[in-house]
Amino acid sequence: MDISDSSQKVALGHGSGGAMMQQFITEQLLPALGGQSAEGLEDAATLSISAADIAFTTDSFTVQPLFFPGGDIGSLAVHGTVNDLAMRGATPRYLSLGLIIEEGLPLDTLRRIVQSIGQAARDCDVIIACGDTKVVGRGAADAIFINTSGIGECGDHIPSVTAATPGDRVLVNGTLGDHGVAVMMAREDLQISSAVESDTAPLHTLVGAMLEAGGEAVHTLRDLTRGGLAAGVNEIVAASGVGITLEAATIPVRPEVGGACEVLGLSPYAVANEGKLVAMVAPEAAEKVLAAMRAHPLGRNACIIGEVAAEPVATVRLHTPIGTTRILELPAGELLPRIC
Amino acid sequence: MSTIARCRELAATIAAAKPPPMTIMEVCGTHSHAIARYGLKQLLPEQVRFVSGPGCPVCVTADGDLDAIVQIAAQGAIIATFGDMVRVPGPRGSLAEARAAGADIRVLYSPLQSLQLARENPARQVVLLGIGFETTVPSIAVTVSEAARRDLDNFSIYCAHKLVPPALKALVEDPEAQIDAFLCPGHVSTIIGVAAYEFLAADYGIACAIGGFGPTDILEAVRALIEQIKGAAPCVQNCYTRAVDYEGNTLAQSQLAGVFGPTDAEWRGLGAIPASGLRLRDEYSHLDARNRYELEPPIPYDPGPCICGDVLQGKALPAECPAFGTRCTPASPIGPCMVSSEGSCAAMFKYRET
Repeated sequence: MDISDSSQKVALGHGSGGAMMQQFITEQLLPALGGQSAEGLEDAATLSISAADIAFTTDSFTVQPLFFPGGDIGSLAVHGTVNDLAMRGATPRYLSLGLIIEEGLPLDTLRRIVQSIGQAARDCDVIIACGDTKVVGRGAADAIFINTSGIGECGDHIPSVTAATPGDRVLVNGTLGDHGVAVMMAREDLQISSAVESDTAPLHTLVGAMLEAGGEAVHTLRDLTRGGLAAGVNEIVAASGVGITLEAATIPVRPEVGGACEVLGLSPYAVANEGKLVAMVAPEAAEKVLAAMRAHPLGRNACIIGEVAAEPVATVRLHTPIGTTRILELPAGELLPRIC
Repeated sequence: MSTIARCRELAATIAAAKPPPMTIMEVCGTHSHAIARYGLKQLLPEQVRFVSGPGCPVCVTADGDLDAIVQIAAQGAIIATFGDMVRVPGPRGSLAEARAAGADIRVLYSPLQSLQLARENPARQVVLLGIGFETTVPSIAVTVSEAARRDLDNFSIYCAHKLVPPALKALVEDPEAQIDAFLCPGHVSTIIGVAAYEFLAADYGIACAIGGFGPTDILEAVRALIEQIKGAAPCVQNCYTRAVDYEGNTLAQSQLAGVFGPTDAEWRGLGAIPASGLRLRDEYSHLDARNRYELEPPIPYDPGPCICGDVLQGKALPAECPAFGTRCTPASPIGPCMVSSEGSCAAMFKYRET
């Protein structure tokens, strides 16, 4: 069987299909991920950790299309978990990788995804320490689902979603809504061409620079994935028992992202990002942390967009550019484009 | 001049005009949304009151139609719909619930995608939901005529389209109505033009202004309405000239008229309104989903404390509903006005002031 044949498809795990997957795992998947030969694989990996505290997280990834401008499900699965670890100030060290593959997925597609996972892991300096592959029947999964769990080493200071304090400045590291809009635009059925690229990126080195500049003054970090800025800040005010006031005029949104959201009836503040974070930083350190962010390639467009307030608790207020005020609500469920 | 400066200037002009107490109905859901999103009421004098109108296509879709659509979905058809419809609760649940139970619901961005679905699924029926006002109908009309031209036998449409002017007529004829002025819809007006509203000013003395959706667009229209009311000279003022002209889009109008004809229609809240809906013309009746499915009669539906019907007629504000923001939120909506991104309850909740 020739697994380099680009017309081959993943088949259910019996007969020739099973053999093909095995061959794929040993000849392509393991080398791409920097692993050893299948014969030497243990039932569990053993990890050496020097830090007193470890951060541990898990996330599952589903996206259509699998490849979109700026990234793909493979890099996303690495960055997503790396970023969750980074939000606790942890240095990402190890990932697990679970692949659930729908029967019929072109082997070539799987190969590209696995190579992307391997590349992203190398870029983030994390080791894929263990993994598992399952093939399910047609219709039981949407092409491929990926789960990654991650372990990171915590530093001396661990930012927390409960630690936002009145007076803190609210910082973001760049334009909002790029990933969600890029993916929506890439769906064949939308048939709008667009130059918007996903912002998918690992944020741990940016966070490293922020913590070096601000130390314990960096109270809270949150990555702004599904639900976007609106979800992130609403979760923070609820967990910290504070309020937040944002200045809409200072929130960075690319004009093409704003325009696409306008057409689809969505808010750029509620659309997903994959390389953006929001930080609550004590006022005396805010400018220093902002400067550190702007000096990092992933924070060039960083801005201060608001302030943490004592009241009203658990509420995010938005000052509009025309001088009025409204609430920025936690987005509700599925984003559904409107009729007219 | 910047938008911000222009907004402030308009707000000052409006305040200086000392408007009398007046109720403006913003007909269109996108206007409700924009007014709330920009917090425009904070810039206007208290005596200028806004009420929402029936211009949210999802919101005015009658329970009977929702019930029929969910039944068709349960019979195995692929339902092709715009996104807003998916979560609207009906007598037999929402399309989202039907999807969870196994129905095949596809969200479209363009109605023409439904033809592609039909081509890709030759063994299955595809039913396009025709929901929406004059803005949406022309593209649906093109889709229907294209389906007929291609002789697609697995495509049909469930037509529940509605027309704006007959609804406005019904609203002003309601003796309980207290509407002084209409902020006329921007998108719909690009299709139907200024002329379509003239009867409201001429026969009913209602001030009308067509507005765009930016904050200055809306404030311009409000300023025009105040001037009309103070001068007691109602007319239809076009404050959205960059998109709307007197006759409207005659090409779109002829597309519409080629495929659809007027029919009486049932609106949520407003009830049956003569000639306010659209039906397929006879030459397209073979594409009518109503003729393809055996449907049980609608079951009675009690949405509980929901007052969407009154909200859609401008008789109540969303906040006056006992369920607003408590039992009924965008995350778990009871009524359609909380579901749709154009629904006034959703707008009021999402952008509520502090």
